[in-house]
Amino acid sequence: MHEVGLAEGVLDIALDYAKRNDAKRIAEVTLLIGDMAGVEKDTLEFAFDSIKKGTIANDAKLVMHTAPIVGRCQKCGKEFHIDHYDFFCPECSDGVLELISGRELQVESLEVE
Amino acid sequence: MAVTIDVKADILGKNDAVAEELRNLFKEKHVFVLDLMGSPGCGKTTLLEKTMQALKDDINMAVIEGDLFTSKDADRIDRYGVPVVQINTAGGCHLDAPMIKKAIENIDLDKLDLLVIENVGNLVCPAEFDIGEQKRAVVLSITEGDDKPMKYPLMFKLASIVLLNKTDILKFCNFNLDGATEDIKTLNPGVEVLPVSCSLGDGLKPWLDWLREMVRSVK
Repeated sequence: MHEVGLAEGVLDIALDYAKRNDAKRIAEVTLLIGDMAGVEKDTLEFAFDSIKKGTIANDAKLVMHTAPIVGRCQKCGKEFHIDHYDFFCPECSDGVLELISGRELQVESLEVE
Repeated sequence: MAVTIDVKADILGKNDAVAEELRNLFKEKHVFVLDLMGSPGCGKTTLLEKTMQALKDDINMAVIEGDLFTSKDADRIDRYGVPVVQINTAGGCHLDAPMIKKAIENIDLDKLDLLVIENVGNLVCPAEFDIGEQKRAVVLSITEGDDKPMKYPLMFKLASIVLLNKTDILKFCNFNLDGATEDIKTLNPGVEVLPVSCSLGDGLKPWLDWLREMVRSVK
């Protein structure tokens, strides 16, 4: 249940960037959420909808893109999608995959007026 | 007219900036800082009690206790004469870096070798928050079930050491010790996995040796 804190982080960033760009209204906030970020998307949306009230993001829609879990083998250097949280390289016998994507928690962009 | 603004800002950016500031401070003060995590009731405080018994005469320790509402854990630590600072999150499910920054105002870092931060009992949220620690330790008790590493992957992925606790009651539990160990190592190749019984003090030597080594490594 850390989604309320995350929603506050999203709103802070959105209001900050909107203000810097002299926006009157935020129509859409797009996030990038990694598959390994441990975020419950419905809860995040619910939290965001609760705290945005009365701000210029009052009507803002939350759009969430997901980033897959990807690892790079420290031995052969190849990149693989990671299934079932298996961090061993499927091609090298003992290569370990270093996590290069999947933990993203980012505000990607805003649509403002 | 609608305009798109490119942002690319980390949602936890503020927390992470404070965490980095803390990590630099701890490095400068030569203090090893451990984030101790695990479910409610997995044995984190009992592990700390056994750790203090073994190390407090050789290593200057302090503890930060994260708890939702009570000071029950801090009271247990206080009995060992180790400085302890209580953080009550008032229902919050994890500690964050600004909380630690405030808590260390009450700790003399110049005299410290080891700071253990016992996080709020929870396998989900604490994993997401960098609190300026150098390493993370996770306690999983066998009564929780051997499926938990794969159900809470981030927690186990980011740990440097995992203690499988309560092995003294293994024969009463349907817990596959080898299977759980394999799952943890699949998620996190290279992690140390130690079967222990904190209440009996069994199997703790590798844990204590690891802690001593970590403390030495920051001197």
